[in-house]
Amino acid sequence: MSPRATPLPPGTKAPDFELASTPDQTLSLADFEGQPVILAFYPEDWSPVCSDQLALYQELLPEFQRFGAELLGISVDGIWSHLAFARDRNLHFPLLADFEPKGEVARTYQVYRAKEGTSERALYVIDADGIVRWSYVSPVGVNPGADGILHALESLGAEGAA
Amino acid sequence: MSKTQWEATLTLPVSEDRDHIQGPAEAAVTLVEYGDYECPYCGAAYPMIKEVQERMGERLRFVFRNFPISTSHPHAEQAAEAAEAAATQGRFWQMHDLLYENQQRLGDEDLRSYAEQLGLEVEPFDQELAEHVHAPRVHEDFMSGVRSGVNGTPTFYINGSRHDDSYDAETLLAALERAAE
Repeated sequence: MSPRATPLPPGTKAPDFELASTPDQTLSLADFEGQPVILAFYPEDWSPVCSDQLALYQELLPEFQRFGAELLGISVDGIWSHLAFARDRNLHFPLLADFEPKGEVARTYQVYRAKEGTSERALYVIDADGIVRWSYVSPVGVNPGADGILHALESLGAEGAA
Repeated sequence: MSKTQWEATLTLPVSEDRDHIQGPAEAAVTLVEYGDYECPYCGAAYPMIKEVQERMGERLRFVFRNFPISTSHPHAEQAAEAAEAAATQGRFWQMHDLLYENQQRLGDEDLRSYAEQLGLEVEPFDQELAEHVHAPRVHEDFMSGVRSGVNGTPTFYINGSRHDDSYDAETLLAALERAAE
């Protein structure tokens, strides 16, 4: 296994992106200006750990919404895979297709695994001003859970940034 | 679950008043499980726990907390609430066991039949489920798990530290014995 990537550190301006969320719609980070954003990079649709992790996040959407935060999943899979995956697993948050050029956003966020052709399992919490406030790369086979995300969102609130 | 490189600890301490507990308060070691009644891995862990309890006897205190992942398991929440409803009538563990022994049959009618089988008063049981009286308790369990680093089910804590190794009976027993020393 290759060593884990080092994500963009807190304090970095989060790079903007625009990716497909459905066959005829795109979402950009700028669309969420004024609210916190959770970016969950995951290696691939359908793999067992991804499914557990995203199911847990789906379960926690109301908690994230308490902070006004938007959750975006991102992988290199194409949009039709994302749609089938979301439907099969009852996921009701956007899954963005970092598909063409492949992994470009993951590269920008320093969490691309060139050898595998997928992203790391990485989490970013970005504040309402578009600044990275927390970033974390989990070992690919390990579900990072959600405590880190909630802790980061709470820290935003404590500083009045949310 | 898989190995992790960080230490995760139980943020909501075990409470004799609040928790569902088997084994004495002064037991040498406490095992906490966060589980989902519809999760097949929890179903696989169920006989392992039974075996470990058998072998450790009074030296082990076992605690079960709810962690239903409804996104994947549509019956898990209602099953968790059914166990809590049984608890109000003093039959938590009997219901817990029945649910794990019948994981494929967790529909509303099934839950009601288990209540009857356990000799519960069915009317309050039905009412509590219909009104989701126990949903706040289940959610409190769930969030305490999230904040303790539960990332899937089952997740175990031994004396408050997450057990990141396998949960087959031998591995679990060895870890519990180490913690009991």
